[in-house]
Amino acid sequence: MPPSEHELRLRERLGRLRNLPLVGGARLSGELERLQRQIERIGEEATDEEIWRKVELARHEERPYTLDYVERLFEDWFELRGDRALGDDGAMVAGFGKLDGRTVVLVGQQKGRDIHDRVSRRFGMPNPEGYRKAWHAMELANRHGFPVISLVDTPGAYPGVVAEQHGQGAAIARSQAIMARLTVPAVACVIGEGGSGGAIAIALADRVLMQENAIYSVISPEGCAAILWRDAGQAKKAAAAFRPDAVHCLELGVIDEIVSEPVGGAHIDHDLAARMLGQALRTSLSELDGIAGDDLRRRRRARFRSLGVFA
Amino acid sequence: MAKIDVSVETNDQPSPPASHPNTCPSCHSHYRDDELERSLWVCEQCGHHFPMRARARISSLADPGSFSEEATELHSEDPLGFFDLRPYTDRLAEAEMKTGLADAMVIGRGAIEGRQCELAVMDFAFMGGSMGSVVGEKLSRACDAAAEAGMPLIAVTSSGGARMQEGILALMQLPKTVAAVEDLHDSGHALLCVMAHPTTGGVLASFATLGDVLLAEPNALMSFAGPRVVQEITREKLPDDFGRAEQNLRYGQIDAIVPRPELRSTLGRLLRLFDAPE
Repeated sequence: MPPSEHELRLRERLGRLRNLPLVGGARLSGELERLQRQIERIGEEATDEEIWRKVELARHEERPYTLDYVERLFEDWFELRGDRALGDDGAMVAGFGKLDGRTVVLVGQQKGRDIHDRVSRRFGMPNPEGYRKAWHAMELANRHGFPVISLVDTPGAYPGVVAEQHGQGAAIARSQAIMARLTVPAVACVIGEGGSGGAIAIALADRVLMQENAIYSVISPEGCAAILWRDAGQAKKAAAAFRPDAVHCLELGVIDEIVSEPVGGAHIDHDLAARMLGQALRTSLSELDGIAGDDLRRRRRARFRSLGVFA
Repeated sequence: MAKIDVSVETNDQPSPPASHPNTCPSCHSHYRDDELERSLWVCEQCGHHFPMRARARISSLADPGSFSEEATELHSEDPLGFFDLRPYTDRLAEAEMKTGLADAMVIGRGAIEGRQCELAVMDFAFMGGSMGSVVGEKLSRACDAAAEAGMPLIAVTSSGGARMQEGILALMQLPKTVAAVEDLHDSGHALLCVMAHPTTGGVLASFATLGDVLLAEPNALMSFAGPRVVQEITREKLPDDFGRAEQNLRYGQIDAIVPRPELRSTLGRLLRLFDAPE
C-alpha cells in the first residue's frame, strides 16, 4: 500500500525535526521518538467495519470511565464539587490527587455505571454547571501550579432547556478560554466518546492523547446521518465518511499520541488499561516539565491555531 | 440512551422558510427587493429581521468607501474527501456560485462613525454559515489584524455551527478561534460580538460568546443545541422563546438586543468607549 498523504506529511515533520540544530536537546529527541512510534501506527488505516467497531468499543458499557481511572491512578484523591453558583453536575467530575507524589488536578466527564447512576449523571452529558465546575478546578490548578489532566468521555454537552437558559454555548467557550490561559501543563486524553463541543470544552491542552478505541468527532455518527442522509440509521456510513478513530485524528494532527489498550479493548482489563493510560500521562507530563508557563501557553495556543486545511 | 449529539447542525434552516424570501414569515407582508434593501431587511410592519448577507451587512455598518477586504484568497479544501449524498466539493462550488463568496465569512478593515475597526462578518447563505477551516482561519486573522493595528474587532455571526463535512478539523476550529480571541484579549483590544439569527452550535460555543460586549439581533436563535434536538432528546415542552435573544437577555447571557437600524450607532458608541482610533 502506498503511504497516505498524511503519513508523508508526518514523515516530513519527522525529517524536519531530525535536521533541526538540536537546541531543544532532550525534549526534541523525545518528540522524535514519539513521532516515530506514532508513524508506525499510520500504516494501520482502519476499514469501515473497524471504524464502526471502534465506535462500539468507545461506547461499551463496561469500558472504564473517568472515576475508574482516578481510583487506580491517584493517591489522596479529593473530589471538588459544585460550580459555586447553581449546582453540582454529576456528568463532570473534578478534583485533585497525587500522581507519582505530585499534586495534579483532574477534570473529566463521567458516565454512570448502573442505570440510576447513568441517569443522575446524564450519561456523561454535562450541563453548564459541569463546565463551570471544571473552570473552577482548572483555575485552582493555575493558582497553585498544579498540572491539569482532563479525561474526555461524553456523547456531547446536554441538549436541555435549562442548559440553554444557563448558557451552555458560553460555558463551553469559556472553558476553552480558561484552558487557553493556563500557565501550568495540561494533558487531555479522550478515553471513550469525544463528542463535539462538549468534549473540546476540556481538551484545549498542551498534549492531546487518545486511547486506541476511543472516538473523537464533530458530531455523532447518528447525528451526522440524520442531517446529511436524513436517516439516523445510516450512522455506519457517516462514521466511515468522517472517520472518528484515533489513527485518523493522529494523521490530521488533532491528537499527538495514541494510547494503547489491552487486547480486545479497555473494558477487558480495567487495571491494565489504567496502567497504560497512567504511563502515557506521566510521559506527557514529564515532557512538559520545565517549560516556562508563558511558553506553555504560547505553544498551546499556536498548536490549536495551526489546525485546519485550506487553500 | 441519547446518542444523538446535536451540538452542531448545518444546512438546517431553524425556522420553516417563508413561501417567498421577500415575504415576512411572521406577518406575511411582502416586499420588493429595493424596499427590503432600504429597510435593512427588517419588516416595516412587524419588525421581523430577515437574514442579511455579509456584504450588505458591511455596507450597512461601515462608513462609505472605508472597507477593504482581507484574506480573499482563502478557499476550503476537502481534507476528508467527504461524500454524503453529494461530494463536499460540489456543495462548496454550489455555495460559491450562489453567494459570490469564497466561504461563510468576510473579514477586513473598516470604519464606523469615523472610528476604525476590524470586521468579521458571517453569511448564513454559504452552507448555513457553517464554520470550517476557512472560517476559523479568517476569524483568527481578523483577531491578529485587530491586535496589530490596535483597534477593536467586531464579529457579526450567523451560523448553524461547525461544518460537518470537515469532520474533526471543523471541531478544531472552536479551540482555534478561542486561542485567537485570547491572543486578542491579551493585546488589550476589544472584541464586540453581534449575534444574528441564527448563532448556534460551534460558533456560539467559541468566539461568539467570548466578546467583551455581547449584542444580539431581535429574536435571533442563540442556542447550543437546536430546538428540534432538545425536544427530541428531552421530550420537554419548549418555551416559546426557547434559545432566542430575548430569553438569553432575561437569563443574563448577553448585554443588549439591538434592532438592526440601531446597530451602526450602537457599535459607533462602543468603538468610542473603547477608544478605537479615528
